[in-house]
Parts: sequence; C-alpha cells; structure tokens
Amino acid sequence: MSFLLRHRWVTPYLLLAPGLVWLSLFFLAPLGFLGYQSLQSGTFDFGFDFTWQFSNYWDALKTYDQHLIRSLVYAGIATVLALLISYPLAYWIAFRGGRWKNLLLLAIIAPFFVTYLIRTLAWQNILSDQGFVVHTLRDAHVLGDDGRLLATSTAVVAGITYNFLPFMALPLYVSLEQIDHRLIEAAQDLYASKAKAFLRVTLPLSLPGVFAGTLLTFIPAAGDFINAQLLGTPKQHMIGNVIQSKFLELIDYPAAAALSFVLMAAILAGVLAYTRALGTERLTG
Amino acid sequence: MTIAAESVRVGPRTNVWAFLRRHLLTAYALLAFVYLLLPIAVVVVFSFNDPAGRFNYTWQGFTLKNWTNWNGVPGLTEAMSLSLQIAAISAAAATVLGTLIALALVRYGFRGRGATNLLVFLPMSTPEIVLGASLLALFLTLNVATGYLTIVIAHIMFNVSYVVVTVKARLVGFDRHLEEAALDLGASEWTTFRKVTLPLIAPGILAAALLAFALSVDDFVITYFNSGAEVTFPLFVWGAARVGAPPQVNVIGTAIFVVALGLMLANVLVQTRRTKGSE
Repeated sequence: MSFLLRHRWVTPYLLLAPGLVWLSLFFLAPLGFLGYQSLQSGTFDFGFDFTWQFSNYWDALKTYDQHLIRSLVYAGIATVLALLISYPLAYWIAFRGGRWKNLLLLAIIAPFFVTYLIRTLAWQNILSDQGFVVHTLRDAHVLGDDGRLLATSTAVVAGITYNFLPFMALPLYVSLEQIDHRLIEAAQDLYASKAKAFLRVTLPLSLPGVFAGTLLTFIPAAGDFINAQLLGTPKQHMIGNVIQSKFLELIDYPAAAALSFVLMAAILAGVLAYTRALGTERLTG
Repeated sequence: MTIAAESVRVGPRTNVWAFLRRHLLTAYALLAFVYLLLPIAVVVVFSFNDPAGRFNYTWQGFTLKNWTNWNGVPGLTEAMSLSLQIAAISAAAATVLGTLIALALVRYGFRGRGATNLLVFLPMSTPEIVLGASLLALFLTLNVATGYLTIVIAHIMFNVSYVVVTVKARLVGFDRHLEEAALDLGASEWTTFRKVTLPLIAPGILAAALLAFALSVDDFVITYFNSGAEVTFPLFVWGAARVGAPPQVNVIGTAIFVVALGLMLANVLVQTRRTKGSE
C-alpha cells in the first residue's frame, strides 16, 4: 500500500494489466497466429509449413469471390432492411413511448433472450413449406403453387435481418431519445412543416445512431454463417460457411485463415467507404 | 409543441396529415413488434407440441410431456450444465478483469489510454468467426488441445470488452463529491473505495456480470471453433438441428427466455420506481 501511495502513477497500469494481458494473449496474438497460418502451405496429411505462401490469398479470392460478394450483398440488404424496420419503431418509442419506454425497449431486445440458434430454428419453422406464411402467400398467388421460402436467399436475408435487428434499433433509440424536443418545436414555430422539421432537424440529429447501428448490424452480418446454414442451401452459402467448413471439416487451415483476413479486409473497406460517404467528422465532431 | 404553434397551423390538410402520420406510425410500430416477437411465440408454443415424426414443424396437439420430460433427450442435461458452468466461470473472471479496466479508464489519466480503448473496442467489432478462427489458429500452432479450458479462455476474452463498456457507463455518471466527502472525513483511499465507490457502482457491475453470463450461454460461433469434444447447449442444438431438433430444445429455450426476461423486468421495475421516487 505504501509503495502505491509513493508511486501513484502505477495504479492505473496495475488495474489495466490483468485484462489487457488477457486481451493481448487471446485476441491480439491469435490474429498474428491466424496470419502466420494463412501463409503456410501443405496438407493435413503431410503437415503444414510456413513458406510465405501469399498465393493463398489470391487463390481464396479467385475461388470464393462469389461467396464474398454474396456475404457483402446479403449483409448490406439486411442492414438496410433493419434500418427501415427499426427507425420508425425507435422513433415511436422515443417520442410516443411515455412511461412505457423501458418496457417497449425490453420488447426490442427480447429476441436476444432466446438462444441465437433456437430463434433461427424458429424462422425455419415459420418459413417451412408446411408453415402458414408459405400457405398464405401461395393462396394469394405471390408464390407459385410449389413456391418456397425456406432454402432461398429471401429466407437467409430475412433471418440475418431479424437476428441483428436489435443492434440497429438500440443505437437508433439512444440517439433519438437524446434529441432536445425544443429544437423540433423551434423549427415548427418558424413555420417548418412536420415533414420538413423531421428532415432538417430530427433526422440529422439521429445520424450518429444510424451510423452506429449500421456498423453494429453490418459487421456481424457479413461474417455470419448460421442463417445461410439453417435457412438456405449451399447456393446461399456465405464466406463464413466456407471459413467454417475449411477450418473444421476439410482441415484446410491456410485457405481458411486467408479467407478470414479477406473477410476482415472486405468489411474494413466497406466501413471506410461508408464512413467517407457519411462524413464521420461531421457526426462525431 | 406549444399551444401558440398549434393554433397557427390549423388547416384541414395539416390535420389529415397529422392524423395519418400519427396512426400510420403506431400501426407500423405494432407490426414491427409482431415481427420481433413472432419467433419467440413459435418457440414457446412448439415447446408444448406433440410432434408425430422427427421434425417439430407442424402443430400436432398440446402436450405437457416435453416439459415434464425435459431431460429425456440424451446429452441435453450435460450440455446445459456445461454451458452454465462455463458461463459462471467466464462471467466472474471477465467481470473482475473488465471492472478493473473500466476503473482505470474513467478514474485515471495515463499514457496509452487511446490504445487501451482501441484494444477494448476491437474484439466487439471483429466478426465472431474471425475471433473463433484466430483462437483456434493459436491453439493449433501451440499444440494446445481444445476443450473445457479453451472454451473458458475464449468466453472470458469476448466478455471482457462488454463488461468494460457496461461498468464504464455507470462510472461516468458517478458523483465524485461522495468520495471526496469520505476522504475529507478521514477515510483512507481503500476504505473509501470499499465503503463508497464499490456500493455505488455495484449495480453496474452486477448488470455487466449478468450480460457476460448471458453472452456466454448464448455463444455458438466462437465455442464451435474451440470446443474440441465438449458440447455446450448451443452446440447441442446445432447437432440436433441436423436431424430435427426435439421439442425439449424449445423447452430449454423457453426456460432461458423466461428467466432472462424476468430478471430484466425486475430491473426495469426497480429503475422505474427509483425515478418515480426521485421526482
């Protein structure tokens, strides 16, 4: 104790040490090992050797470009859908929720209380050929008589949208909730129509929430493989399915590791482009 | 909206627009809630189903036998108990590690703050599959057999960041004058921490621990990569889904949902009462 009192500057480092050591050993170092693995060559039977095999990346991109594009497209569509569904919902809770706000928020995160796999299986059930959704759509001739929902891209995107929706809705709600209502009243006092007040005041003020929500939805969505596995077929498989099967079933570690980095690079590129387009400095600034 | 502003704009057109918008929005919100809650209802309802074949897809008839016979599927009880053990260990460890980091970040100015914030933030913004794959790369390269221990290591890793964020939120809104008062009255720093700081941030720490516990019980992807021969509850569901998940899976799913919802409801009620009391 007396040592601590004489050297107060050490205290924060002592507090940080255990947690940061853990994160360094089991988050940072593993990324290094993944990089090391991605440059190996060989097979499971003869063993893998480190040979600076940069062609692993090129091969991965060439072979699985379709999976990569599909992942980004599915994640992109799901993110937009989640935004369209949650913005009005978050707005409604923030501005009309009154004293029920906390309870309504609880309803938004309620899906998280059901195990991820089980709620995806529930969608399998809802979209199945025997389910009422398919029957209704067939009767309404939206789907053909043998039209299906399960095992289609629609099902996979719907599953992804559902599973990550709370990540979109919560930041949206937080940013909408913080808006000072007097600003909107001021706009209306100055003869802005309600629509205009929304477009010029509420929407811009909620952009930080839109920004956080889209990132929180897009990143896990692009890496997901559970929805494609349970709600789709190999035709809907995403890059995550390939990484998973190469790592755990085909035992092709170098290709799987290279694909993991390709996925991260693709996500990073997407996030940077998005940040550029939206102008984060203006947002956080 | 002020009364003055309302009285300025009473044309029929604005009223129709306002009426439509108000109710359209409410209808839209209600539909969104149906969408959010429908799969949960399916999980609960089908836990009472009496399926004819392997697949628990179509409604065959009401039964309680899945509930009374909840442990009737081989391996399910073991998987659930493994999940709860790992959740308890990893939540406890991550809560300690994360709370210490949060205290350092909020309370002290030090070199390397930015880097620390980044290191805490990165695991949360990395796709789970990359976290799982990279940990497996580490264990494979160092010849560590995957199993119980590696699952615990992985769960502590992804939980730390969430604990930091949750406890930090509580610490930021903290009234430092309370601590200063204790120090002025002659309490040592340690006593002040124990008797003033800790009780005040305890709800934040508890919330963080519960969140970590829930994240651990729910995790599939990272566990899948690092589980070896061990089977946690989500891994059991994954295996069962390939051949048709038994209704007992819905029973456990419903039970987890009810417990989690109950805890959150209690939390909301306590908060609501507290804000009412302070008004």
